[in-house]
Amino acid sequence: MPSLLVLIPLFGIILLNLPFRRLNEKYVFWFAVFLLSVQILFTISHHSLFWQQGMGYIDSFFKVDFAIDSLSFIMLLCIAIVSMVSLSVSRYTIPDPRERFKFINLLMIAAIGMNGIVITKDLFSLYVFLEITALSSVVLIAFQKDMNALEGAFKYLILSSIATIMMLFSIALILLVSPGTSFAVIAAALKESPNSAVIIFAMGIFICGLFIKGGLVPFHGWLPDAYTAAPSAVSILLAGIVTKVCGIYTAIRVIAFVFGFNEVIKSLFMFIGLFSILIGALAALGQKDLKRLLAYSSISQVGYIILGFGTGTALGMAGAVFHIFNHAVFKSLLFVNAAAVEKRIGSSDLDRMGGLSYRMPITGSTSVIGVLSTCGIPPLAGFWSKLVIIIALWQSGHYMYGTIAVLASILTLAYLLLMQRKAFFGKLPKELENLKDLKEVGPEFTLPSIILAMITISVGVFFPFVFDKFVVPIKSIFMQ
Amino acid sequence: MTINIILLIAMTVATLWTVMGRSLLKATLGLAVTSVVISVLMFRLDSPMAAVFELSVCAGLITIIFVSAISLVKPLTHKEAIVVSKDRMKRFRYLPLLVILFGVIAGFFGIPNDFKPIYVALANDVRTVLWSLRQFDMFGQIVIIIAGALGVVVLFREKEKR
Amino acid sequence: MSPDTWHILSVFVAFVAVLFVCGIYSILVTRNLLRTVIGIEILIKGVTLLLIVVGYITNQTGLTQSLVITIIVIEVVVMVIAGGIALSMFRNIDSIDTRNLTKLKG
Repeated sequence: MPSLLVLIPLFGIILLNLPFRRLNEKYVFWFAVFLLSVQILFTISHHSLFWQQGMGYIDSFFKVDFAIDSLSFIMLLCIAIVSMVSLSVSRYTIPDPRERFKFINLLMIAAIGMNGIVITKDLFSLYVFLEITALSSVVLIAFQKDMNALEGAFKYLILSSIATIMMLFSIALILLVSPGTSFAVIAAALKESPNSAVIIFAMGIFICGLFIKGGLVPFHGWLPDAYTAAPSAVSILLAGIVTKVCGIYTAIRVIAFVFGFNEVIKSLFMFIGLFSILIGALAALGQKDLKRLLAYSSISQVGYIILGFGTGTALGMAGAVFHIFNHAVFKSLLFVNAAAVEKRIGSSDLDRMGGLSYRMPITGSTSVIGVLSTCGIPPLAGFWSKLVIIIALWQSGHYMYGTIAVLASILTLAYLLLMQRKAFFGKLPKELENLKDLKEVGPEFTLPSIILAMITISVGVFFPFVFDKFVVPIKSIFMQ
Repeated sequence: MTINIILLIAMTVATLWTVMGRSLLKATLGLAVTSVVISVLMFRLDSPMAAVFELSVCAGLITIIFVSAISLVKPLTHKEAIVVSKDRMKRFRYLPLLVILFGVIAGFFGIPNDFKPIYVALANDVRTVLWSLRQFDMFGQIVIIIAGALGVVVLFREKEKR
Repeated sequence: MSPDTWHILSVFVAFVAVLFVCGIYSILVTRNLLRTVIGIEILIKGVTLLLIVVGYITNQTGLTQSLVITIIVIEVVVMVIAGGIALSMFRNIDSIDTRNLTKLKG
């Protein structure tokens, strides 16, 4: 009954918005926590009744297939974890309960949208849920209505609309040769008319639209503004999961299962991946604002994912998906700490920070773990996923790409250690010494940080177990 | 077919008027006229349901939304308006030339002829498709309307600190 | 492909391409936020027309009409939210000219 994943939040929202407002404002937080924990539990246990297609009275109402393979499981797990973290942080950064009520409703709608993207097997339904996610993200970015946030939200809306219009254009051209819009039907139709210029043009435009959505170079113009200007809880959501589901997961799903690989697509992806890694890392070196640095770092890490995916081998693709999971975990961790710092100091300018780990020990130490995982230091989780990607690159003969990817890790190390030193180590600047409440943040921030850090450490240390349970099933999906 | 070509040319003229129109209200009117012409074209292409939807929603609802948005935004004074519109004309004067050039080139080359569009023999009716095959999309529409309602509540309320 | 269908398809695609050019030009060149939104509108109308033409040629009018109806619903919501953002910006700084939005640097 995977469609319950999208139905129950919807009914919940409708129920909660009925006139008993006073009562509902207290319960909406716990309702959301309950829904997301149920999602986490079900995605970890693969064999529960929830996933059996045959049992679904509710599913038969929809009369469509849902995609419930290991790829969807990992993405659903990521969605639930990051949404839960964002929910928890919002409890502290949005103090007014009425505002928080609206925030949690919008968060639930974004979760509905992302769950829909991940479980659908139809190209047009993919478009519909992409739009749902994009719209709710736009409203979330503009939530506090300050000028920067509105500008970032507007830019994101316009570029996201252009990307979805490109995808629709591609669907229209594909409908010339395909009698339906579901993945299986389109894949069968595309096999029969392979070399037509119009079809190749349609696929190219679709991929360009996906690159815009995923924030890859050279279409990343909206990303740093949107991530920086959004409120803290929303930045966590965006960086942790929205960009990856909308752009990268969709690319993996559509190219691996619908369009099929060929040499042009592979080289395009690897080139754009490498380009994103380098440009993201180089731009991050010169940033003075903490959130902007983390935004460029996200562009760089997503480049790794696309690089791994572009190899076309099953190992490369499994490494890419594993890196999606790891990036969701450690990037959310870094953004949670950035939110905590911003809450205490009031700004996210790196030049005005220093020595924070004396006063905020938990934030400081979890930030160290996040930084080490991003750079790919063993035995943390980031090391393993990067290793898998680089091994896949070597195995498929792209030695130059592999070497540059390894060298780019050094760049990553450089800017992240720089950030860590400036923000957390070193001396406390004079103007901050007098801030009375510069102490550790409350449990709404520290609990997610500690949990995310634990996840990173345990996935890294117990990697053989994780490899068998999660990575090998993904490999087997891609071996067709 | 000639009627289609006349309608298409009318649509292009309406679009040019929308884009290059001097005030926002004229642009909105141009958008409504474009919607009407597109609706007639859709009707001629065997798609009556979509034509009705386009007419009622795009030529009606969106025009009303736009006019309300424009009237909530304060208009410029008369002198400022003239300066702004002269500036606009300078930027936009290349557009008709570009359009005619593009139209001529596209009409000359046409689409590559190397694929064969399918012809579905037993096609379903719109009502069947919409209600029994594409229910997931209908569900998506409900969710997006709720998202839109929430967005309106968030964005249109005045800040209380005024 | 029979010459008749090719003719129809080519003519319609040419005009849809013209619509795209107008829309993209409008988005790139204008400085008024509401005109950017109008540009996106024009692009969406181009895509819906293309979908209907494709449906007519391949006799899938049921499918393409359903897709177009869904697209129109989504388009309305996008319009409303874009208008809402422009309105909030206007309430903050009293103008919707993008020359006044110089804070974010991309």
